[in-house]
Amino acid sequence: MNHAPKLLAGLIALAFLTGFTTSDSKLNDRQRALHALNRLAFGPRPGEVDVIMKTGVDTWIEQQLHPEGIPDRAVEARVAALPTMMLSNAQIVKTYYEPVLLARKQANAEAKNGDVDKKDVRRELMRDVPANQRPQVVMNELVAQRILRAAESDRQLNEVMVDFWMNHFNVFSGKGIDRFLLTSYERDVIRPHIWGRFEDLLMATAKSPAMLFYLDNARSMAAPENRPAMQQQRGFGGRFGFGRRAMMQRPQFQGKEGGLNENYAREIMELHTLGVDAGYTQKDVTELARVLTGWSISRERDGSGEGAAFVFRPQMHDAGTKTVLGIRFAPGGGIEEGERMIHVLAHQPATAHRIAYKLCQRLVADEPPPALVDRVAKKFLATDGDLRQTVRAVIESPEFWDPASYRAKVKSPFEYTISAVRAVNAQITDPAPIARALQQIGEPLYGAQPPTGYSDKADVWINTGALMNRLNFALSLASNKLPGVHGDVVALIPAGQAADASHSVEALALALTGGNLTEETRNTIKSRIVERKAPSEDPWDNTQLPTVAGLILGSPEFQRQ
Amino acid sequence: MIDRRIFLKSSGLALVGGSLLPNVFVKMANAATTKGSKTLVAIFQRGAVDGLNVIVPFGEKAYYDARPTIAVPRPGVEGGAIDLDGFFGLHPSLASLTPYFKDHSAAFVHAVGSPDATRSHFDAQDFMESGTPGVKSTEDGFLSRAVGMKKETPVSPLRAVALSPALPRILAGSAGAVAMTNLSQFGIRGAANVSSGFESMYAEAVAGTLGGTAKESFEAARILKSADPQKLQPENGAVYPNGPLGNSLRQIAQLIKSNVGLEVAFADVSGWDTHAGEGGAQGQLANNLRNFSDAIAAFTRDLGSRMGDVVLVTMSEFGRTVRENGNRGTDHGHANVMLLLGGGVKGGKVYGKWPGLSSQQLYENRDLAITTDFRDVFSELLTKQLAVPSLKSVFPGYDTSPSKWKGILA
Repeated sequence: MNHAPKLLAGLIALAFLTGFTTSDSKLNDRQRALHALNRLAFGPRPGEVDVIMKTGVDTWIEQQLHPEGIPDRAVEARVAALPTMMLSNAQIVKTYYEPVLLARKQANAEAKNGDVDKKDVRRELMRDVPANQRPQVVMNELVAQRILRAAESDRQLNEVMVDFWMNHFNVFSGKGIDRFLLTSYERDVIRPHIWGRFEDLLMATAKSPAMLFYLDNARSMAAPENRPAMQQQRGFGGRFGFGRRAMMQRPQFQGKEGGLNENYAREIMELHTLGVDAGYTQKDVTELARVLTGWSISRERDGSGEGAAFVFRPQMHDAGTKTVLGIRFAPGGGIEEGERMIHVLAHQPATAHRIAYKLCQRLVADEPPPALVDRVAKKFLATDGDLRQTVRAVIESPEFWDPASYRAKVKSPFEYTISAVRAVNAQITDPAPIARALQQIGEPLYGAQPPTGYSDKADVWINTGALMNRLNFALSLASNKLPGVHGDVVALIPAGQAADASHSVEALALALTGGNLTEETRNTIKSRIVERKAPSEDPWDNTQLPTVAGLILGSPEFQRQ
Repeated sequence: MIDRRIFLKSSGLALVGGSLLPNVFVKMANAATTKGSKTLVAIFQRGAVDGLNVIVPFGEKAYYDARPTIAVPRPGVEGGAIDLDGFFGLHPSLASLTPYFKDHSAAFVHAVGSPDATRSHFDAQDFMESGTPGVKSTEDGFLSRAVGMKKETPVSPLRAVALSPALPRILAGSAGAVAMTNLSQFGIRGAANVSSGFESMYAEAVAGTLGGTAKESFEAARILKSADPQKLQPENGAVYPNGPLGNSLRQIAQLIKSNVGLEVAFADVSGWDTHAGEGGAQGQLANNLRNFSDAIAAFTRDLGSRMGDVVLVTMSEFGRTVRENGNRGTDHGHANVMLLLGGGVKGGKVYGKWPGLSSQQLYENRDLAITTDFRDVFSELLTKQLAVPSLKSVFPGYDTSPSKWKGILA
């Protein structure tokens, strides 16, 4: 029996499934501009496709790859107006977290003396805290700057990559004090490093209080028998960083010893670098955890600074012999052991492949072509993990520009909401309704609980409930029902083109999507909205336009990029 | 108000010790209210709950040796476990579930899990939800495949519902499950022509994920609109605790009561990844367990006699290390515990062979060993509760023969 035809059919079907049937045809100039704006930006603003066609798509991409050369004063001024944006971790903790701690302490004390309820006391005390010093201000402002920058920044590719790397090195705002540490994490750890070397980015995250707290490394310490001999005394535990403090102050833990925590060691290999199938073992995880003991968070009373910063604590570090991935560390080492391992991890072929795969999945296709991933991984290795050159290798690939990639990806909730806001040229005075919509559609910012972050694949995002919420968001946005997010769809159509129903739909579709709707979608909109009026009524008026815009923003075409 | 029948049965059971009486819900099964249609409610505890502190093996000294600061004390002392059978005890935070164990409507399976050795949350959840441990290429979830095996017509678009913002892996697939977080917000807010506009737009052009999803969405929205389940108040004095799980279970109960054809409901609840400061009888895990227990107890009470046609089952991707770590927490382990509750459950028992906790009995010298594959539990459950005709494609390559079942269901 001949299996060849069956095999061939299977391969063709597979190519379809993965979205890749290489095609001889090419994207035209308008499609190229739109594709670039959809993938390398959060979608076009009205008229932007034409602007970029005039500049030249390649020129625009070159500018986007060098965001530092793009003046972005308007949005930076808006961000600077948010008070927490300029504060250090320690300042944020002092201003926004200490009132919480104080209230908690006082509530506990009062509850001990009388029959008052702790929670009531705490609530009462928090009510006295001025609104602009409440703890939620920190996350509200952080969410606000992300939305404002994604929607309004001229450094669009930069914002796309911030989204990518914040997700790759995910930190969940709902874990303990991380909601106070994420501001600095994004500003000082992620943003400055996303166009540099991967190793530097990885190292910055490894030394960030946000990550050290999120994945428990701040409190990981050597088993007692492996601690430096002189340090084996009671009582020093209370001076350890953040993570440990709260616990050590509880009476049941006073004077007890801490120990190893392998959470971060596992995730840095599984998620941040090598990937789960790279062949490392449970033993490697445990040994790497030992290497990383002592990487912790400083406190003000350490005396070396204002606190809530990275600190290496030699007295918590495992002084024994360790072997990770075949690399042996002799007794008596310190912080340089972890730094060496991070260097090693950053340069592994498996790491290059994983980063390449994820970048291609984000920018090209849910199931990126293996040949492309290999080429991008090679570029990563050849350039010492230069992220600008790695991203460039993706963008300049034939696969990126292949018609099979065009509108082949479904937008994530963040991409969808922001692209809709941009499409109607909305003026955002309050980003909160957009943040709420993101929650409903399934991607609350800084809200991914597991260290994997959010998925970049359509089938995760597209489900019944989420789709309904997308459509409802589109309708609310287009009809100006989101307070603080103001768009004027009527103004998007050049005068004279809205006189007649058919032309209005076409003009609005072009303005909102920068491209064409399918004929089916166009006809549906016309038949449902425009032609449902009786002939005796006025044939067409502009009051229909918001509904038409809502239908366009909810259309299948607009779900795609 | 307490459901009188449950109350009488429970108190009667308490008097005779309960050992001879069957599950209190069995006699209520097929009550007119549910029209005899059965529902499976699956709860995923994401993050790997510490099963050894849920169902505590207080009869093992090794348990106390391994956990100097986070062990749950033996029954009879303050904060002690609630004795189930002289060897196992419930965490005291699960007090609200105790009556159901005592009246034989709740059972536990211990040392159960997915045989793959991974300690990655992501992989382990993936394997458990795909139903194919060790095989990453499986595209759909096993509950979706199970529901899809039933060839009923007409198929309700609400036969498989996940109370979550994204469709979980376990329900991904061609069975067309629905994901939602809020019943009352499900549907297009706008004039009828807008909704129908969207519907035909998606019906016309779109193949693949978007098109199929859209079709199911609009059908489900229509049914929900006419059934209006969100108007139903909790019954029998049930009070759901605040929090995502209570919220999910309250709505699942509404769907069950509305007879919209719900066969599989899914909810997940996170916060179990207790690497640090886990606590014993009190603390982080204790607080999470209390909310978990109270939500399930409220659900059971709310459904009352309808519970005769419902089985609730819990799962978690893996267990946690037997020994506590340096931060009074536990790291990623292996075997775990499952709860089954509802009509047909032969409860009042902790099922599964106990592998022991002494060093040489542990999996890789650190974790509780697996003696029951989670697929054995689900094979029995899917067959007996949902009448899934064949398990071959539900758990491909796995021996699902009834001889391996634990006999947890009647």
